[in-house]
Amino acid sequence: MSAAQFDVKYVAHLARLHLTPDEEKKLGEQLGGILGYIEKLKELDVTNVEPTAHAVPLVNVTRPDEVRPSLLHEDAIRNAPAHANGLFMVPKIVE
Amino acid sequence: MLNQLTIHELTAKLAKREASAREVTQSCLDQIARVDGNIHAFISHDSADALAQADAADQALAAGTTHAQRPLLGVPVAVKDVLAVKNQPLNCGSKILGRFISPYDATVVEKLKAAGAIVFGRLNMDEFAMGSSTENSAFGITRNPWDITRIPGGSSGGSAAAVTADEAIATLGSDTGGSIRQPAALCGCVGLKPTYGRVSRYGLVAFASSLDQIGPFTKDVQDAATVLRVISGHDGRDSTSVPQPVPDYTAGLTGNLKGLKLGLPKEYLIGGLAPAVKAAVDAAVKQYERLGAEIVEISLPHTDYGVSVYYIIATAEASANLARFDGIRYGARVDGADPIELYSRTRGAGFGAEVKRRIILGTYVLSSGYHDAYYLRAQKVRTLIRNDFLQAFEKVDAIVTPTTPTAAFKIGEKSDDPLQMYLSDIYTISCNLAGICGISLPCGFTHNPKLPIGLQLLGRPFGEETLLKIAHAYEQATLWHKEKPPITNR
Repeated sequence: MSAAQFDVKYVAHLARLHLTPDEEKKLGEQLGGILGYIEKLKELDVTNVEPTAHAVPLVNVTRPDEVRPSLLHEDAIRNAPAHANGLFMVPKIVE
Repeated sequence: MLNQLTIHELTAKLAKREASAREVTQSCLDQIARVDGNIHAFISHDSADALAQADAADQALAAGTTHAQRPLLGVPVAVKDVLAVKNQPLNCGSKILGRFISPYDATVVEKLKAAGAIVFGRLNMDEFAMGSSTENSAFGITRNPWDITRIPGGSSGGSAAAVTADEAIATLGSDTGGSIRQPAALCGCVGLKPTYGRVSRYGLVAFASSLDQIGPFTKDVQDAATVLRVISGHDGRDSTSVPQPVPDYTAGLTGNLKGLKLGLPKEYLIGGLAPAVKAAVDAAVKQYERLGAEIVEISLPHTDYGVSVYYIIATAEASANLARFDGIRYGARVDGADPIELYSRTRGAGFGAEVKRRIILGTYVLSSGYHDAYYLRAQKVRTLIRNDFLQAFEKVDAIVTPTTPTAAFKIGEKSDDPLQMYLSDIYTISCNLAGICGISLPCGFTHNPKLPIGLQLLGRPFGEETLLKIAHAYEQATLWHKEKPPITNR
């Protein structure tokens, strides 16, 4: 993978991450180098190898379905950058 | 000076009323005032709150509460800026959290408080725990107490530096690819990464959820055992915490290594291993032979792929975890005409360069058309790495390696070359991928300049008892852990 093939603009859009033109250039070069290093994984034969998502797999972890105290409304909202009437304020989504 | 004591020395004095919790807390605060201008281990600390907790501890001691009941009663413990402490700031070394105040305690913080600890301070770190040098913090760099022109390691650089410089009796950090063990090695203290699932992650800001664990930084191995016992255990609020009983880790520190086998992986003799580090680790292995352990050469054939697997899996998980920082529910916000623009501008302004680099890499390896080639393949190689360790542990009780290939490097030396920075984690990364436990403890110094060297021991899943016993036996036979950087005694 060379820097030229790596479409930083497109990936930054997927990540919802605004980058300056300088950042785009620098990241493209650096990630090209890192992806080049990572290519070595292709040397290995992984046929019939199961993927590991968690080192200590647990299945069907549930807790009792009971009403318990939770975060107070005012605590949940107090770190919000903009709020009113106990609600988060966001830009208009639907016209 | 009280701030220089270990937990076991301090609790003995508190129990005999030879010192008060207020005195030891004040002594840590005085040390911060004296040295932290140079070291910058702390982003902030709340002295009045710490002293109020100390007074409450003194009252409990006066009322007859013992350390058998509350093992950390009156012990000042500082925490990395990645753990939620109710009503204290939490920034993860980032601008993006703005003036966030935690509405609840992390499980480990609850447990520390229940055990009587004075939980104080926000310790500096690489932003969102991404880095190996604590140079990626929005709150400035942390410096190594042994040489302030050098990095303390990372990402828990503040946690390691604070214990080493006697600014706290113990600290907590988090380890995703070495972020406890590597700074412990470079600063010269003890750092323990528990088995995945041993310690609840509730209230730890997530970086890579399948790799992250919380663990202690302490002045010796016995203290690590004490703190681990306090913070371990199953927690219904973390679905990955494992319902395994928590042993009395300190009771296992018998010094008896008879019949134990230690493995030396041949793959760890890489080109970049500094001669002084190799010599110190070789000497430690000889020490273990004298102590009665049997040394066995082993092979971990997929070692060379660890860094690649890690930088796919960790960045993929991070790109998903960090999606929550979007300027809506908490933290800083940069307005936009629509929600997408708001998210994008907020994140562009709020995240630093390394976090952006990892979000982009992680998003890419998960994106349509590349998922199987990168992410799925990395998960499969992760299986091979884990199998290497499980097979090795059929033959040996623990694995001995250097913690890092070199001693602490200079500030700025690797900050423009992310790949070189990533390769400094080569010995610590596999432990997280395999989900096993690991510890770093002091095993020597380089000469001119004098810098600490760390010995890493890796143990079986949930094998912390044996791991700590092996670490403790070495520590009892050596004096490295007693050495203090000159800055602490000025």
